[in-house]
Amino acid sequence: MNFQFSEEAEALRDQARRFLEDRSPRDKARAVMTAESGIDKALWSEIVGLGWTALRIPEAHGGLGLSVLELCVLAEEIGRAVSPVPFTSSVLLATEALIAAGTEAQKAKWLPKLADGSAIGAVALSEGTAPPGSRSAIQIAGGKASGSKAPVQDGALADFIIFSGADGLYLVETKAAGVQIDPVETMDLVRRSARLTLTDAPVEPLDGGRAALEKFLQSSAVLLAFEGLGGADMAMEMALAYAKERVAFGRKIAGYQAVKHRLADMYIKNQLARSHAYYGAWALLTDASELVQAAAGARLAAMDAFQFAAEENVQLHGGIGFTWESDCQFFYRRARLLTLMLGAKAHWADVLVRSLEQRNTMMAA
Amino acid sequence: MDFEDTPEEAAYRAQVRAWIEANKDALPEGDYGSRAESVAAAKKWQARKYEAGYVGITWPKAVGGQGGTAMQQIIFNQEEARYNAPTGLYAIGLGMCIPTVFTHGLSPDIAQRYVPVAMKGEEVWCQLFSEPAAGSDLAGIRTRAERDGDEWVINGQKVWTSGAHLSDFGIVVTRTDPNVPKHKGLTMFIVDMKAPGVEVRPIKQMSGGSEFNEVFFTDVRIKDTHRLGEVGEGWKVSLTTLMHERLAVGGKPASVPGVKEMIELAKAIDLAEGTALEQSHVRQRVADAYIADQGIALTRMRTISALSSGRTPGPESSISKVVVAKTMQDVGSFAADLCESAGLMMGEDAPSLPHLSRFQTSYIGAAGLRIAGGTDEILRNIIAERVLGLPGEIRPDKDIPFSEATKLGL
Repeated sequence: MNFQFSEEAEALRDQARRFLEDRSPRDKARAVMTAESGIDKALWSEIVGLGWTALRIPEAHGGLGLSVLELCVLAEEIGRAVSPVPFTSSVLLATEALIAAGTEAQKAKWLPKLADGSAIGAVALSEGTAPPGSRSAIQIAGGKASGSKAPVQDGALADFIIFSGADGLYLVETKAAGVQIDPVETMDLVRRSARLTLTDAPVEPLDGGRAALEKFLQSSAVLLAFEGLGGADMAMEMALAYAKERVAFGRKIAGYQAVKHRLADMYIKNQLARSHAYYGAWALLTDASELVQAAAGARLAAMDAFQFAAEENVQLHGGIGFTWESDCQFFYRRARLLTLMLGAKAHWADVLVRSLEQRNTMMAA
Repeated sequence: MDFEDTPEEAAYRAQVRAWIEANKDALPEGDYGSRAESVAAAKKWQARKYEAGYVGITWPKAVGGQGGTAMQQIIFNQEEARYNAPTGLYAIGLGMCIPTVFTHGLSPDIAQRYVPVAMKGEEVWCQLFSEPAAGSDLAGIRTRAERDGDEWVINGQKVWTSGAHLSDFGIVVTRTDPNVPKHKGLTMFIVDMKAPGVEVRPIKQMSGGSEFNEVFFTDVRIKDTHRLGEVGEGWKVSLTTLMHERLAVGGKPASVPGVKEMIELAKAIDLAEGTALEQSHVRQRVADAYIADQGIALTRMRTISALSSGRTPGPESSISKVVVAKTMQDVGSFAADLCESAGLMMGEDAPSLPHLSRFQTSYIGAAGLRIAGGTDEILRNIIAERVLGLPGEIRPDKDIPFSEATKLGL
C-alpha cells in the first residue's frame, strides 16, 4: 500500500513552503486587498519562474509534464499562504480544463503561454443561484454566445476564460468583441471576482461536451479540497500559536479545556479532510471509477474543516481576531469563497449519495 | 499512490489466506447459541492459530512470538476479519496483558509459565485498572497492596473489568505507598482470578448485556515473584500496557450499521414526495456519516502506508475512536428519526424496515463506546496535549502525597 505522497512530491512541498513563507507573507495579501488590481505581479513572476504554472503542462507544449500529485501539493501550499496570485484560477482550473478537454488548437495556442506566464486563464462556472456547472442560460449558436456569468474569480486578470454552457465547456478570449468584464464585490477581498458579459461574443467549445464538464468539476473539487486543506491547517496553526501566548485568568488560554477541545476538533476535522483529499488525489491520478465519490468526499470534508477552522480561529483570537488588522479574516472569507465557488454542501452531498447509491446497486447485482 | 501490497506483503497475505481457508472448519457458522459455545469456539480457533504461528506475530522470538512486522499483523487481522472469527475473548489478554508480562515479568520462569499457555488460548486474561473513584484519572486508584514477607496482600475494588468473569488471570494496578504523590506509589501484579478473596460480580449495562464486571479483592495474596516491574513503578508499567494496545482498530466495527445501511433504510421510507433518501437534508446527513466513516478508514490507510514503507506513522490515528463512537451515535439516532414514532418500536414490534433494529441497538451501544477506553473528553485532551503540544490540566493533587490529597478531598 502506498497511500502517501512520494518523496519527490514532499521535497516539492518543502521547497514551496519555504518559498511562500519567505516571499508570500500575509502582508502581501493585505496589500492586494486594498489595491486596484487583485494580483501581486512580482510574486506571480517569481512563481512563474519556479515553473509552477508549467507543472502539469506536457513537455510538447512547453511544460514540465509532472503528475497531478505535485499539483495537489502546490494547491495545499497556496491555500496555506493565501497568496494574492491567480494560481487557483489559472493553474488549478483553467490549465487543467485545457489539458483535460482542450482541442489541439486551443492547447497549442494557450498552454505554452500559460507555461511561461505570458497568459492567465480563469474559469466561469457560476450563474444565478444554481450550483456551478449545473445549469446555464447562456445562448450559444453559430460560434457566438450571449449571456452572463458571475462571480468569475480573477476574471479581470484573465486573457481567456473557460465557461460552462448547458452542454459543456467553452473558451472565450477576453479581448474579443462582445466580451465585457466588470468587477463585482464578493466576500473574499483578496481574490477578486468579475462579471463576464457576452454579447454575440465569439466562443469555441472544448472537447467532450457535458461529460468533460462533469469530469472537470470532479477534478476541480479535488484540487480545491487541497487548497482548502492548506487554509484549514493554517487557520488551526494561527489559533494554536495565539492560544499558546495569550494569558487570561493567570494562565495561557491554551490550558483551558474549552480551548483545547476546540483545537482538538480542528485537528480531527483537518485529519479527516487530509485523508479524503489523498483519496481524491489517488482517484484523480489513476482515473479510478471511484473518482466521483472520492472527489465529493474530498470536497465536503475539506470545506467542512476549513470553515470550522476559519470560524474558530477568529473566535479563539477574541476581539483582536475581529479587527481589520487581524489576518483571521483572510481565512474566514476564503473559506466562503472556496465553498461557494464550486457548489455548496447540499449539491456535493447529492453528488456523493448518488454515486454511493450506484455503487450499492452494482454491488447488489 | 496505490492500494496494492508490496510483493512481500502479497506473499504473506496469500499464505495467511490459504491457511485460513484450510482451517475454516474450526470457525463457527453463524451466531453462537450460548456463552459457553462462544468460549469453546474462541478456544478452538486460538489453538489452531497458535499451532500455525499466527499468535504474537510482532512479538520477539525469545518470548515465543514470530518476530514479524506490524504489517504482517495488520494483514493477518484483515484476512481474519473476512471471516466470522471469534477473537474478542483474547483481545485484552494478548493485546495488552501478555506483552506487559513478558516486558516487565521479574524472571524467565514467569514468562514461561504464562506466555505460551495464553498464546494457545488455554488461559484467558483481563486487565484490572479502573476503579469506582479512578476512571479517566487512572492514577487515583485506591486498591491497596501491602507487603507481608515474600507476599503481598490485596484489598480493594476494581470496576468495568471486561471479561473478568471469563478470565483465569489478570494484571492489576495497586497502591503500595499512599505517602508519596499519586503516580509514584503504584505497583502492578499478576493476579490469579480464581484465588481466594477474588469475587467477580457482573454489571448489567444500559444495553442489557453484561460484558464487564466489578471485581472485589479481600485479603488476596500474591507472591512477590508475580510483581510486574519495580515497586512504585506501576504507572510506568501501565503505560507499557496501554502502548501495546492492539494496532488501532480499523474504524467502525463491521457489525455497526453505517452509510450503506442508512441509504437502504432511507430508500425504504415513503413520503408524500418520494422516498426519504430523495430529501436534501437526508442526503446531507448521509454525506456526514460518509465523511466520518470513510475518513477514518482512509486515515488508517495513511498509517498502514507509513508502516508498509518503513516510516513512523504520524499521530493521525489518535482521532479514530472519538470519531467512530460519536458517528455511531449520530447515525443511530438519525436512522430512527427517519421512521418517526415507528422508530421507537423494537424487537418483534419493530416495523419491518431495513436495518432499523441494528441502528437502535448501535445507538444504545454508542453511549458506552463514547466512554470506554478513553472518554471523548480524555481523547480530546490527549490530542490537544500530545499532538498539538498544549499545556496539561492543572493538577492540584499531583505533587502532594496521595494520602494527603484524599484528605483534602482531591
